[in-house]
Amino acid sequence: MQSETMLKMEGICKSFPGVRALHNVDFTLRRGEIHALMGENGAGKSTLIKILTGVYERDAGQIYLEGSPVNPRSPQDAQVMGIGAVFQEIALCPNLTVAENMFIGRSRDSFVHWKKMNAEAAEMLNSLGIPASPTQELASCSIAVQQMIAIARAVDMDCKILILDEPTSSLDEDEVQKLFALMRQLKDRGVGIIFITHFIDQVYEISDRITVLRNGELIGEYETSALPQIELIAKMMGKALSDVSTMKKQEPQKTDDSVPVFEAKDLSSATGVKPFDFTIQKGEVNGFAGLLGSGRSESVRAIFAADRVTGGEIKVNGQRVKIRSPLDAMKQGIGYLPEDRKGDGIIDELSVRDNIILALQVMKGFLRPLSRKEAEEFAEEFIKKLDIKTPSTSTPIKSLSGGNQQKVVLARWLLTQPMYLILDEPTRGIDVGTKVEIQKLVLQLAEAGMSLTFISSEIDEMLRVCSRLIVMKDREIVGELSGDLSEQDVMQMIAQGGH
Amino acid sequence: MQRLKTYADKLSHLFLPLSVLVILIIINLVKGADYFKITMVNGAFYGNIPNILFGASELVILSIGMTFVTAASRGQDISIGESGAISSAIFVQYVLRSGNVTIWTILVGFLISCVAGMIIGAFNGTLVSFFNVQPMVATLILFLGGRSIAFIIDGKVSPILANELSNRIGTVIPGVPIHTPIILTAVFIALVAVILKTTNLRLYVEAVGVNPSAARLNGINPKKVIFLTFVLMGIFSAVAGFIAVNKAGRHDSVNLLKFIMMDAILAVALGGNSLSGGKFSITGSIIGAYTIEVLNRTLLRLEVNPEAIKVFKAVFIIVLMVIASPVVRVYAKKVIDKVKRPARAPSVRQTG
Amino acid sequence: MRSVTTTATKTRLSNSNLLFMIAGIIFVLMYGFALISYPGSFMQFQTFFDLFNYNAALFIVTLGLCVVMIGGGIDISVGAVCGLVTMACAMLLQYGTGSIFGSLLLALGIGLAFGIVHGFLIAYLEIQPFIITLAGMFFAQGMLTTLHKEPLNVTNPAFVALRSYTIEIPWLGTVNRLGIFIPCEIKPGVIVVLVLVVLYFILMKWSRFGRNVYAVGGNRQSARMLGINVKRTIFLTYVLCGLTAGISGFVFLMTTGAGNIGNGALFEMKAIASNVMGGIMLSGGVGNLLGAPIGTMTLLTINELIRAAGVQSNLQAIVSGLLLYVFIVLQSIVMSLRGSTRFKLALPTWLRSQDKEKVENQG
Repeated sequence: MQSETMLKMEGICKSFPGVRALHNVDFTLRRGEIHALMGENGAGKSTLIKILTGVYERDAGQIYLEGSPVNPRSPQDAQVMGIGAVFQEIALCPNLTVAENMFIGRSRDSFVHWKKMNAEAAEMLNSLGIPASPTQELASCSIAVQQMIAIARAVDMDCKILILDEPTSSLDEDEVQKLFALMRQLKDRGVGIIFITHFIDQVYEISDRITVLRNGELIGEYETSALPQIELIAKMMGKALSDVSTMKKQEPQKTDDSVPVFEAKDLSSATGVKPFDFTIQKGEVNGFAGLLGSGRSESVRAIFAADRVTGGEIKVNGQRVKIRSPLDAMKQGIGYLPEDRKGDGIIDELSVRDNIILALQVMKGFLRPLSRKEAEEFAEEFIKKLDIKTPSTSTPIKSLSGGNQQKVVLARWLLTQPMYLILDEPTRGIDVGTKVEIQKLVLQLAEAGMSLTFISSEIDEMLRVCSRLIVMKDREIVGELSGDLSEQDVMQMIAQGGH
Repeated sequence: MQRLKTYADKLSHLFLPLSVLVILIIINLVKGADYFKITMVNGAFYGNIPNILFGASELVILSIGMTFVTAASRGQDISIGESGAISSAIFVQYVLRSGNVTIWTILVGFLISCVAGMIIGAFNGTLVSFFNVQPMVATLILFLGGRSIAFIIDGKVSPILANELSNRIGTVIPGVPIHTPIILTAVFIALVAVILKTTNLRLYVEAVGVNPSAARLNGINPKKVIFLTFVLMGIFSAVAGFIAVNKAGRHDSVNLLKFIMMDAILAVALGGNSLSGGKFSITGSIIGAYTIEVLNRTLLRLEVNPEAIKVFKAVFIIVLMVIASPVVRVYAKKVIDKVKRPARAPSVRQTG
Repeated sequence: MRSVTTTATKTRLSNSNLLFMIAGIIFVLMYGFALISYPGSFMQFQTFFDLFNYNAALFIVTLGLCVVMIGGGIDISVGAVCGLVTMACAMLLQYGTGSIFGSLLLALGIGLAFGIVHGFLIAYLEIQPFIITLAGMFFAQGMLTTLHKEPLNVTNPAFVALRSYTIEIPWLGTVNRLGIFIPCEIKPGVIVVLVLVVLYFILMKWSRFGRNVYAVGGNRQSARMLGINVKRTIFLTYVLCGLTAGISGFVFLMTTGAGNIGNGALFEMKAIASNVMGGIMLSGGVGNLLGAPIGTMTLLTINELIRAAGVQSNLQAIVSGLLLYVFIVLQSIVMSLRGSTRFKLALPTWLRSQDKEKVENQG
């Protein structure tokens, strides 16, 4: 039985200065279905959604909601029409209470009825199992809880269409399952859900149909059950995925002395990670595995002194050194590609060139600027090496797509020729093609003698690249794995690890 | 071709202050075609242009400092007038107590006032970088209390600086046709250009202004950079105070550089710089500063009531900001596009 | 539907309330210190009431500015507008129709006009508030001196009667040297302050508009996504602030009885300082409206203390500055201990780059 079509977007076109974001894209959503919207970076997913929710105005095309043409001019318009959205950047106000965040902007009442609002919020929070109090300031809730509250808000608004844009990026496995349970409830109620994500397993677990976009155009719409994973990936990439299987992991170089390139004892930082020991050999690629919140990023940040270091001893090539700030770490030959690309990685107003030479420049010092010529040369070199797509070296980096931005940040660290490079989620939010490129590059660098730490929330990615995995749980290291591993092995260690 | 394009990009940032300047010059020319006339009196140049350069000396120096502060800390230093008043008060005290005033006296006095400026800048800088106070709130303190401090240093009077050297610094050195403050300002600008060329000040300040946490993860210490911009501002205020007090011949703690921070902030904004930090253009601020001086004098030349000058300035600022506002720009572009292209019938999509 | 009982966790004090409590405590300490150190001056209730009697205009201006600041903006024209209103109303009363009601309307009208222009330019044309209100300040100062340079005493009998009208509190008072009991007096301006405080408090805590202001100040982007009309909200904060400045001008005239070009000078800085001391952060979204009058009281108490301590007038400014410094440092330490810097509170929107339609090619 085919349920009726609730939403139909036809021939949607949208361009920005210099970029054609969407061209002739169609999209349909049925009542009571979970429809995954997929595509690599630059595909146009979030542009399409922003048109649907009234944030952008489309250049051409029509939108039909339950048969009638609609034209959402603002987020409020869309809300009124029954289109609800929860975005990856939590669109809530941290200084308001949980209950307020759930209800503000929705009623036309001139006055706020606190008691009533708090009671209704408590009821909703309870029914969804969200561990928060209605009168709590939102800022005091964890990111995961904040996200759930955002979803609760949308749910409470009885939306016909619910858009979830990367809702699971900050959630751990339990929280993902709660979310899915909620989504299934909504599905039964007849709500149409548009689910945008990069997690392929999740797509197959929860969605009914999949729409694939690529470079602003529609590739196709498929029933999930009728589309094998391999085909999906191929369609998203536009090519076959045979390269992946030919990658060979690097075995750590075994020298007789085996003095580790980097060694830390009892390293702890202000983030609450338990004091840990860590070593890495020359040419080794290791990884940190664990659930969200297990402390992986915090641990590597401690190595780089990105957070305040509260204790521990560090040896580089056998020599004791003091690493108290990122600059100290850089001077020891350590590089760090941060997890939060937008917030910690790129400096968006600055040019691609400036972003590339930044770290090297800082290492050379305040009083020794690179000449314009040198900077240009370096930038061009890496634009070529990493195939970075940019109109020029002077283009502000914010104009580039996410994947290319990531490549720029990677170029920045490669330029410093570190002996130990930490990559925290280097492939997150990036299309499959670039992911593979980066993985291959990591192995190449290791073969040339660089030590790397590669963190990814996709375990199979780490298994492909790392020769050793450090497993973390609840902010401490519970074990190490090496050799021929499967995801099962990792998950087992997590489950068994700890007290 | 690429080179040409980057030059064009650079100049487009200066579009705002330059266009305003041009408009003002045109207005002046309409009023009297002899606007550009320069005369020589007692071996020195006089005329509208020299007067403008002379009058804007302090503002230019302060605007450069304000540009750095704004770019790195995303805020403004509203205590620059008071800071200049304090440093110049110290300078005056040193000179007055020195008996015979030689060039060395002046020089040492100047350097001491610069040190005082550094200390003041450090005070503000500590509040902003170490205590994370918003710049406008932090500098509010000296804004409120600074002139009282200067008054005390003055010995609760308005000391007079009546030596030959000060006179020459404030006006003209015999034999040199250009007024000394203009020369000093030019030297100052040159020094700043050298600093920008030989250090990474621009990269550090811009990185910190756009994204302090990312800057930090690349080895830059944002606190230090912001602190530095405030210290620089303090030194620059001392330089401006030095010029101002030598011009005036006496130290008036109440009126010296009064409310000049408003003009300085304006100059920075007029120069196309974002008041919320990030990328900056020193050239823009310099042009902006001179433009404001031109505006002041234009209004006087048009025989506008001195009290009403403020009103005109206000309207002028608003008109300027409206034209420069992104909203208006987008709207204007739409209108221009509509005029350029005749309206097309919307293509109707025939799909099921 | 699964039902999981949410454990009632002890909810942490919100940032606004914490800062407000600190503001309150500091005021009490300040005043207590004043009472102990200079009982002669401070022990009388009249001194307390005089704080309000002679500074009603400042209280009012601070209230209006508070709303703007919570919304993440700033208005530095309030002092100049207040001054302009005093002169304009003085002129109307003295040379014009002489109608009190008329001058009140004029006051409101001028304030409203400024507020509307500011609000439109800042909210709808998205121009930086600092610059626009700076222009407003220049405009008002210029108009003030253009209108009338010399001080203008209002001798209009109806107005003088209104001015001299005092409300006596029979049960509070002091016995003077002749043994006569003099009850405490409150000027009508104080009533205006009281009424406005209550109205504005209700506005900020219970009205949709008030909560929208908090939302916009907390995270402008989010507020927009949540369906709040951000532009209209910001517009209205400036209109309200302008209106309030107008009211303060009228009250100022009632207090001093004369238009003067020095009226309202430095009010904006004092109002900002008062708000900061009252726990309202310049970055927006944080602050309790009642903090505004408390902060003003603290500022005035400090000034009185300085005066009572016999500190010379030119040193007063230094001491005020120093105390503001202490206050700011304290606030900053408290907030960082809280770890709220980790939550990345939004920068003041008027210091942030303007919302541009970013070309996001991600997905």
